[in-house]
Amino acid sequence: MVREVSESCLDSLLTEVVSCYCNRFYPNKHDLAARRIEAIGYQVGHQLSERYTMERPRFNDHLEAIKFICKDFWLELFKKHVDNLRTNHRGTFVLQDNKFCWLARMSIDPLADSGKSPEDITSPTAGNKATHAMKMHLYFPCGILRGFLTNLGILCAVSADILTLPTCAFTIRIKA
Amino acid sequence: MAPVAPRSGDAIFANIERVNAELFTLTYGAIVRQLLTDLEEVEEVNKQLEQMGYNIGIRLIDEFLAKSNVSRCVDFRETADVIAKVGFKMFLGVTASVSNWDAEGTCCSIILEDNPLVDFVELPDTCQGLYYCNMLSGVIRGALEMVSMKTEVTWIRDVLRGDDVKLLKQVPEEYPYKDDECFMLKKIKISKHLFKDT
Repeated sequence: MVREVSESCLDSLLTEVVSCYCNRFYPNKHDLAARRIEAIGYQVGHQLSERYTMERPRFNDHLEAIKFICKDFWLELFKKHVDNLRTNHRGTFVLQDNKFCWLARMSIDPLADSGKSPEDITSPTAGNKATHAMKMHLYFPCGILRGFLTNLGILCAVSADILTLPTCAFTIRIKA
Repeated sequence: MAPVAPRSGDAIFANIERVNAELFTLTYGAIVRQLLTDLEEVEEVNKQLEQMGYNIGIRLIDEFLAKSNVSRCVDFRETADVIAKVGFKMFLGVTASVSNWDAEGTCCSIILEDNPLVDFVELPDTCQGLYYCNMLSGVIRGALEMVSMKTEVTWIRDVLRGDDVKLLKQVPEEYPYKDDECFMLKKIKISKHLFKDT
């Protein structure tokens, strides 16, 4: 029987960490904040890869490792599979989750921190600010993926894009 | 309409969305480790953990009240019981116990026999003075402050630290505030008895 905690524990923890690093520690240096958040994810991914691949034989190739992530790994973490996997067969993989749980309860309120009049909500800056805030949350799962793969000997860079909430896509670029 | 009865911690926990505790444990550990790297001073990390916990607690209380249907607690004893039996259960999936009440009923110990935050955790010697679970103190303090209770939450015993910490005696102060609500400085001390696998 796998030990469980409430989802809100993890959600609150992640929200608070992002808020802490973005607003308290590095208020105007978002890339520094992003790097720290990614580093936290990296740690987690690294440790998880040891736990989850202990009893398995080694992966034969990168695709097998990525498929493991899409099915078993995602299932352990998010109780679902990755919805769509694409690759260019040259070391780039795109994992799409149509209802990513850490984005599932977020919404964009364009007026929230822009302080502008309603006519300005169509301006690029208002929406961007909110999207930017959400992107900070995605550095953590990107780190998890990078940490997981690095521990398997697969060096890579991982980035994430929000398509339409709550769909997001993780792009894994394997370094030759 | 008949009042809805308060739900037990087990019932709530069974009905909410849950996640793998391991992910939570490892995430918390990675956060503490990153804070130690970034802040370097153990005292500063303790402070930040508590502050983060406080920020979480002030929001978590809403979920707690919404899902547990507890009515207003008549006294601090009931509050402590509710935290131990319902609060810890519905979030962390573990039950705590309450003991060591002082004569005035304003100071007690909450004992966590089982704590998912510390699964597989060992503190190195370089982390002397670190209150690894200090976020929990902040969560309790934040949550209680939102229901008009000013408290101080400190750790008494922590197996991760290897030894007992001396109790500091504190006198609760009363600040009459509103008609029926008083800000009373109360103290909950959390004891943690963990049995490490040797």
